[in-house]
Amino acid sequence: MKLLSNLVLLDLVLFAPTCLPAADIVIQNARILTVTKGNLTGSILIRDGKIQEVAEKVLAPPGAQIIDAGGQFVMPGIIDCHSHIAAESINESSISVSSMVGIEDVLDPEEISIYRALAGGVTTANVLHGSANAIGGKCSVIKTRWGKDARGILFDGSKPGIKFALGENPKRRGGSTTPGAVLRYPATRMGVEDVIRQAFTDAKFYQAAWKDHAAKKARGEQVSPPRRDLKLEPLVEVLEGKRLVHAHCYRADEILMLLRVADDFGFKIRTLQHVLEGYKVAREIAAHGAGASTFSDWWAYKVEAYDAIPFNAAIMHKKGVLVSLNSDSAELMRHLNTEAAKTLKYGGLTEDEALAMITINPAKQLMVESRVGSIEAGKDADLVLYDKHPLSNYAKVQKVLIEGEVYFDRDKDVSGRAEIEARRKALNEKQRRQRRPAAPSKPAASRRPV
Amino acid sequence: MNMRRFVPIAMLAAAVLASAEDAAPLFIRNAVIHPVTAGEITGSLLVKDGLIAGIGAKLAAPKGVKVLDAKGAHLYPGMIDSATVMGLTEISSVRETQDASELGDFNPQLRTIVAINPDSEHIPVARANGITSVITIPSGSIIGGQAALIHLDGWTWEDMAVSRSAAMHLIFPVLSGGGGRRGSSIAGPSRASFSETQRRYEEQKRKLGQFFEEARRYQKAKAAKPAGFKTDLKFEAMLPVLDRKLPVMVVASRERAIKDAIVFSEKENIRIVLAQVREPGATLGDLKSKNIPVILPETFALPLEEDDAYDSPFTLPNELFKSGVLFAFGTFDSSFVRNLPYQAANAVAFGLPQQEALKAVTINAARIWGVEDKIGSIEKGKWADFILTDGDPLETRTQIKQMFIRGREVNLENRHTRLYHRYLNRP
Repeated sequence: MKLLSNLVLLDLVLFAPTCLPAADIVIQNARILTVTKGNLTGSILIRDGKIQEVAEKVLAPPGAQIIDAGGQFVMPGIIDCHSHIAAESINESSISVSSMVGIEDVLDPEEISIYRALAGGVTTANVLHGSANAIGGKCSVIKTRWGKDARGILFDGSKPGIKFALGENPKRRGGSTTPGAVLRYPATRMGVEDVIRQAFTDAKFYQAAWKDHAAKKARGEQVSPPRRDLKLEPLVEVLEGKRLVHAHCYRADEILMLLRVADDFGFKIRTLQHVLEGYKVAREIAAHGAGASTFSDWWAYKVEAYDAIPFNAAIMHKKGVLVSLNSDSAELMRHLNTEAAKTLKYGGLTEDEALAMITINPAKQLMVESRVGSIEAGKDADLVLYDKHPLSNYAKVQKVLIEGEVYFDRDKDVSGRAEIEARRKALNEKQRRQRRPAAPSKPAASRRPV
Repeated sequence: MNMRRFVPIAMLAAAVLASAEDAAPLFIRNAVIHPVTAGEITGSLLVKDGLIAGIGAKLAAPKGVKVLDAKGAHLYPGMIDSATVMGLTEISSVRETQDASELGDFNPQLRTIVAINPDSEHIPVARANGITSVITIPSGSIIGGQAALIHLDGWTWEDMAVSRSAAMHLIFPVLSGGGGRRGSSIAGPSRASFSETQRRYEEQKRKLGQFFEEARRYQKAKAAKPAGFKTDLKFEAMLPVLDRKLPVMVVASRERAIKDAIVFSEKENIRIVLAQVREPGATLGDLKSKNIPVILPETFALPLEEDDAYDSPFTLPNELFKSGVLFAFGTFDSSFVRNLPYQAANAVAFGLPQQEALKAVTINAARIWGVEDKIGSIEKGKWADFILTDGDPLETRTQIKQMFIRGREVNLENRHTRLYHRYLNRP
């Protein structure tokens, strides 16, 4: 199967970069949803991977490649602020503070979920560590550049992040009923607060030790440096505003707890993730300045999700919180456009407000809004073409560009299937012919985290 | 003191009031009526005794009826979800709130209808999006029990029942490991060796065949009316299946399981409805020629294999339609029942005609469950199960304005709208 998937990968790589970024590109005859600057029917000029001009009439430079949108819709590439695709593993669950590990070390650029997300219009994703720990691992922001290597899918220049988690998940290992299971602190929401406070108390001490060392060194004293602590270093970065905190949470009480802990230690929570009861403490979230990245309508899959309501995004937005809609799922990630449409239904947001929740708002939450999240001159040419308005359930993605390169083209995907099928058959046939009788079979190693 | 007595009396009064209202005929005028089985009509609808008594562009309101001006709203039949765990599962991670899966491989005598909680918070949430009826299925190991067809309205499960026993639920043995997520029978990578998996599969198939054989012997023995014949509840429950009176809802996702299920149904001479079909492959022709209907799982799903086309779950409904296979949609869930219409719409984005998607959540579901004389379309003589909307009910942005079940207006408020208003207005 691995052989087959590599074959697909190879094919798609061959199909994907149909245009080189060197040439100018003009997307003509498009209904453009800029998200931040209204809608217009016109053209987009792309140069060196950047949006050069957006206007009703754009003069195509000589030699420019023309993409005729034929009256179809163009919107900014979708940004998913909570994903676990493209990672070999996501949960270092043996300890309650796992800030020494990071997703960047386990990125898997060959995972098919990247291509599938791309085919759903996603161009940027925040790949997070899991939620088994009060303080989890470091996160990576990627672009869905299918066909590139691990370094090639990283969103260069994005700010580093870290995952926190509150509630049922981080306390689960403290209350396991499996016989023989080793219990891990914490087992309660009280313990979750304690773990975070203890870690930042340690981090402050560690930070002070380095500051003291630097001061002594500056005075010309001969001192040996403090012992490096890879667990505390990322937390010092949080204290210094160099690393963004993305905190998994559900209930209003724990949300408020985390905001107060952060206030006490003098750092900011960048985003509250899931934040299903965020609507109950929207005022407090807005006052702290945290963003909220939530599901459109998931509920009742666990006790802490029983008060989840599909109006959550709309209430928080109306009360001044910066809100995005995320997937946390390789499947849901494929149709975030219709997830955004749910805010039209539940809470009566406008089309621009709905689209902002999957474009410019998550861009701001990840602090990459100068690069992506809207169709404006100077930004990366990360664009999605839909055959119908993207907030309609009847719309499907036709083309996806990242920095001016076509990474997904539905026509090419569909027309390439016959050849992939033929090669699959040929490989199966070859394998059948080569199969030796009574060869000892070795169970294939699972590629997915379990 | 007297409060304890007062409450039931008040409830009784409300119930009497409701039934008194039912008695008064209702005339809805100025609606864009989408019967589903015929072209759209701009006009009026007359409801009498819970039934549709008339439809027409020039229908006049009889004397003494309650008149409702729809003001140009669209009127569609209430939608039907053909596979749910509605009323059986409240919070999926909490065992105490799960009643879908019993111990044991063969439990045909179990009835989901008696375990449906009429006060489940999921019921009004699903109604708010236009779903009026659902099939509630058990899960279990092989034969899990009897699925029920219910209305999403009623004080008790007896009130709610449309058909207490709509189908026998059978998960056909598959050659793979166990497990799967969200009610899916699709297994993850198996930990067991192939020979162990194969042995288990053969064993389960053998046990299934044997169970049917024993049921037939019971049937014969009972027909002979011997003295002192002792009733066996399991085999008794199998009699309607053996008599082809009750269809068997067979969960079979991939080509091999579907082939197995078809062979089995022919050998046992039983009526089947296939469920959770994901990869029918070459069986499509058989499904058509043998008139085997299909309940599709959620279209918002990942392809089964890494190298399958990215859109294979999205295009499957249209493949079935083009092959002439009768199909409906199921969510196989409780909290996501409200997304049934959007699941159907997703198939439209990938080729299925919109009318066919609409039929798959209305009349075609009714046909599959043998209740097309009662629900699934706006036709004279059918139950007055319908919704008033401001647009296409398959589009997310469309609002469901009003709902009627058997002619009775149903409240669209729910846990979510209550929490919404409470916290929107928090100072």
